[in-house]
Amino acid sequence: MFYRESGEFKSSYRGDNRTFPMSYDVKIHIFMMLVAIFVIPMVINDYWAGAILLPFMIYSIASIGLNLLTGYSGQVSLGTGAFMAVGAYASYKLMTSFPELNIVFVVLGSGIITAAVGVFFGLPSLRIKGFYLAVATLAAQFFLVWLFNKVGWFYNYSATGQITSPERTLFGFAVTGANATTEVRYLFCLAFVVVLGWAAKNLTRGKIGRSWMAIRDMDIAAEIIGVNPMMAKMSAFAVSSFYVGVSGSLLFTVFYGAIEVTEVFGIERSFLILFMIIIGGLGSLLGSFIGAAFMVIMPVLLKNILVTGLGWPTDVATHFEFMIVGALIIIFLIAEPDGLAKLWGLAKQKLRLWPFPH
Amino acid sequence: MESLLILLEVTINGLMAGVLYSLVALGFVFIFKASGIFNYAQGVMALFAAMTLVGFLEGRVPFAHMINIVFGTNIHHFGFHAPVLVALVGTALVMFLFAVIVEKYILRHLVNQAPIILFMATIGLAFFMEGFGDMMWGSDVKTLDIGIPSGMSLTIDELTYPLGYGMYIDQLDIYAALIAVALVVGLTMFSQYTKTGRALRAVADDHQAALSVGITLRSIWVIVWTIAGIVALVGGVLWGSKSGVQFSLSLIALKALPVLFLGGLTSIPGAIIGGLIIGVGEKLFEFGVGPLIGGATENWFAYVVALLFLVFRPQGLFGEKIIERV
Repeated sequence: MFYRESGEFKSSYRGDNRTFPMSYDVKIHIFMMLVAIFVIPMVINDYWAGAILLPFMIYSIASIGLNLLTGYSGQVSLGTGAFMAVGAYASYKLMTSFPELNIVFVVLGSGIITAAVGVFFGLPSLRIKGFYLAVATLAAQFFLVWLFNKVGWFYNYSATGQITSPERTLFGFAVTGANATTEVRYLFCLAFVVVLGWAAKNLTRGKIGRSWMAIRDMDIAAEIIGVNPMMAKMSAFAVSSFYVGVSGSLLFTVFYGAIEVTEVFGIERSFLILFMIIIGGLGSLLGSFIGAAFMVIMPVLLKNILVTGLGWPTDVATHFEFMIVGALIIIFLIAEPDGLAKLWGLAKQKLRLWPFPH
Repeated sequence: MESLLILLEVTINGLMAGVLYSLVALGFVFIFKASGIFNYAQGVMALFAAMTLVGFLEGRVPFAHMINIVFGTNIHHFGFHAPVLVALVGTALVMFLFAVIVEKYILRHLVNQAPIILFMATIGLAFFMEGFGDMMWGSDVKTLDIGIPSGMSLTIDELTYPLGYGMYIDQLDIYAALIAVALVVGLTMFSQYTKTGRALRAVADDHQAALSVGITLRSIWVIVWTIAGIVALVGGVLWGSKSGVQFSLSLIALKALPVLFLGGLTSIPGAIIGGLIIGVGEKLFEFGVGPLIGGATENWFAYVVALLFLVFRPQGLFGEKIIERV
């Protein structure tokens, strides 16, 4: 309806290579940014931020990360939860060892540490693929969680085994800790989502993203046309783990504040993120966001309908939720393997001609 | 002598745990050979089978919670207890029904998809069944007792006591091992000496050749999933009588993954030997190295071994060599 290619004339390579070639896309993104920065903080409240907005933003960073690895590079990972844990524990150690360090650098530093760990556990991907790699990442999942649980150095020998995020400020506003207001935490996460999302968009358009996709589509053929498989796979693991690490760091510092590793970063978390990218769309950045939104909103919605609305006990509602998630995964894999992002694309195609289809 | 006996005890207990891993891995191998599907839901199938068995044994009303919520009633039990044999047959029938449904509504629509898509579909199936099982039979921890003797084996204790240390071996474990051996022998006989078994082997060998001589793949898939369901039932019964029927049962599926990769994905002896190696290995490691590094190493030992193994021998101990062609 509003989305038209007509009237877009590119007269330079620069214009042709823009991140968003359509002026409509640019406008809609700017509009969404303005709403996200100026309108939402005005109307936000604790329930909405705590139940939906913050988890959505943090998980969408993780699902972008996993999508870069699984959707774009074709390397299946079941260790996302553990890599998020690496991000969380790295930021805890950075915050407690260097109290002067700015929180932004803490988060980025945790991402870099996670990237290093990710590359280490990605090394077997040079030899093994497919399910085999999934098992290799399971090794990371169980080993890392065990490590953070057992080795006291990681949680500074605290009696409970929990890690708690101390208060850190940015421009005079508390970002972490008990005094952080909802608006500040929201804006802090938003900044990371925007910057990392933009970076991912550009990575996937460039040389490195194309080498990932070549490896995904057929690794041997890619190697023959001159893609270095080692560089492609290792960079995919590094970048993906960086995103996942940042997400884990934000989840710990900004969202939870205090965590216990086996509760928060178990194998369920890995599956949650995997489901986000399957439902949203493998190999689609928009899909990462849609999938994250879907998996965050659906339980809240179901809980509201079943528990509050119909008065079901919570445990039965949880079983129901499991069934729905499982059924949705199967339905999506059968009916729409490209996920919700594809549906959105189709809707856009249809709307372009609407209401005059000929 | 005493430390040797303790070591032996740990090894035997590891072997017993390994038998159970092997059973789950066996279900995986059957499905993988016949359809190329890596069935993540095998563990949940074991859980579901064990739950259904308990449900039949205790005469529970399926979906009791749902019914009670919707109709405001308060029913939980039919008030009778089914005999063990009837319950076992009933559960096997349920697993057959499950196989038919899976074939009809999932597998049929996913023919020719990439293996990894099929794998993710079975993860979805696992989630669905987990919710469905809890919904049907309730999520409480159930005790399962079908009359297998349990507790310390006195004979072994008495035999080894004069040597300096009475070994603790659970009777249940011994029976579990025997049942598992019987199952494996039975399955081998089935696949070697029956017509259906021959068809199964043909499909495992070459799908298209099997199709061309008139074997219907769909019925083979149903049979294979039923067999996997029955293997899951046996695994679920043995594990369930040992530590109760509860959610953690489905996690042995994850443990079976490294077992599979160690043994080789396509090899039935591989699954068994892989299971034994992992079982013994993790018990010995926990016994020897565990106390030095904080314990609970059983959580990750199997995966790390499988990982190291895969790096050096990607096809596993007995698997077919993976050859890639362009």
